[in-house]
Amino acid sequence: MGEVIVITSGKGGVGKTTTTANIGTGLAAMGYKVALLDTDIGLRNLDVVLGLENRIVYDIVDVTSGNCRLKQALIKDKRLEGLHLLPAAQTKDKTAVSPEQMCQLCEDLKSDFDFVIIDCPAGIEQGFRNAIAGADKAVVVTTPEVSAVRDADRIIGLLEAADLREPKLIINRIRPKMVRQGDMMGIEDIIDILAVDLLGVIPEDEMIVITTNRGEPVVTDQNTRAGQAYQNIVRRVAGDEVPMMNLDEETGFFKKLKKIIGLK
Amino acid sequence: MLDLLRRVFGRDSGSKQVAKERLRLVLVHDRSSISPQLLETLRTELIQVISNYMDIDENGLEVSLDSSGNTVALVANIPVTGMKRTGTAF
Repeated sequence: MGEVIVITSGKGGVGKTTTTANIGTGLAAMGYKVALLDTDIGLRNLDVVLGLENRIVYDIVDVTSGNCRLKQALIKDKRLEGLHLLPAAQTKDKTAVSPEQMCQLCEDLKSDFDFVIIDCPAGIEQGFRNAIAGADKAVVVTTPEVSAVRDADRIIGLLEAADLREPKLIINRIRPKMVRQGDMMGIEDIIDILAVDLLGVIPEDEMIVITTNRGEPVVTDQNTRAGQAYQNIVRRVAGDEVPMMNLDEETGFFKKLKKIIGLK
Repeated sequence: MLDLLRRVFGRDSGSKQVAKERLRLVLVHDRSSISPQLLETLRTELIQVISNYMDIDENGLEVSLDSSGNTVALVANIPVTGMKRTGTAF
């Protein structure tokens, strides 16, 4: 019996879809059987982030309304054996699926897969309610901004009200240099305010843009900071104890200089 | 060391502190789920009740939710301009 994890945030644009794609890809690379579920009906995106946009035949609404069987709608990833995507419908709206149908869908997927990762739409309306309906666990993604943390707080409240207790937090797009300069909220600041457990931290990294352009999740490139950070998160989801990444590692000229003069 | 230097030269009051303080206040309101309308209703009802006993400056009346540490308090600042004569003189 697999585990259903919903990736949510409240605010849009903080990295839910990127996080879903990377966690799913990372777990599949470890050998797990993974199904990714895009529940952002009307604003389908997970397919593009995974580079699978050309393979879609059926979508989630086709499955819940009985137009096709679940197996027909699941798209196999082109690189990883165990990775599958159930895409969102693009021409319907969020009321095309009910929470009960979502629960059934999650139950069906759970029996076949080790992990079912759900990409939740932004907002707190029906799309959100659908996405969390069948979930066993929740992950909340935020960025170090007042608006994103505020929305994360609201979402945590709603998740707990829906009996999804102790959601885990991912802080995305943190800039260690700005945190050091006192111009960005740091990990401790955000954890203090939200009072939840930390699942991981992703530093701001241009490689996210580049890998997303290509449709290849950054977690496959372990030479990148964001790729390493996502890999750590993936291992924690799989149950490993992984220490938090040291974000204060300096790069470039000063690091070299310090090495030369023997400060490090 | 760098942090110490920064503190010495007064660079520690970055925008992070502003962000934290604003966030803290906004979450107090969000979590207590009291809307501005509700606070306004509370304000008008407070005025009605207190006016039965004393004269107050309605425009100077301030009602807000405040937090210190883990507790939230309803703070009302009500300027009193005069006391009413009460009928308890027997």
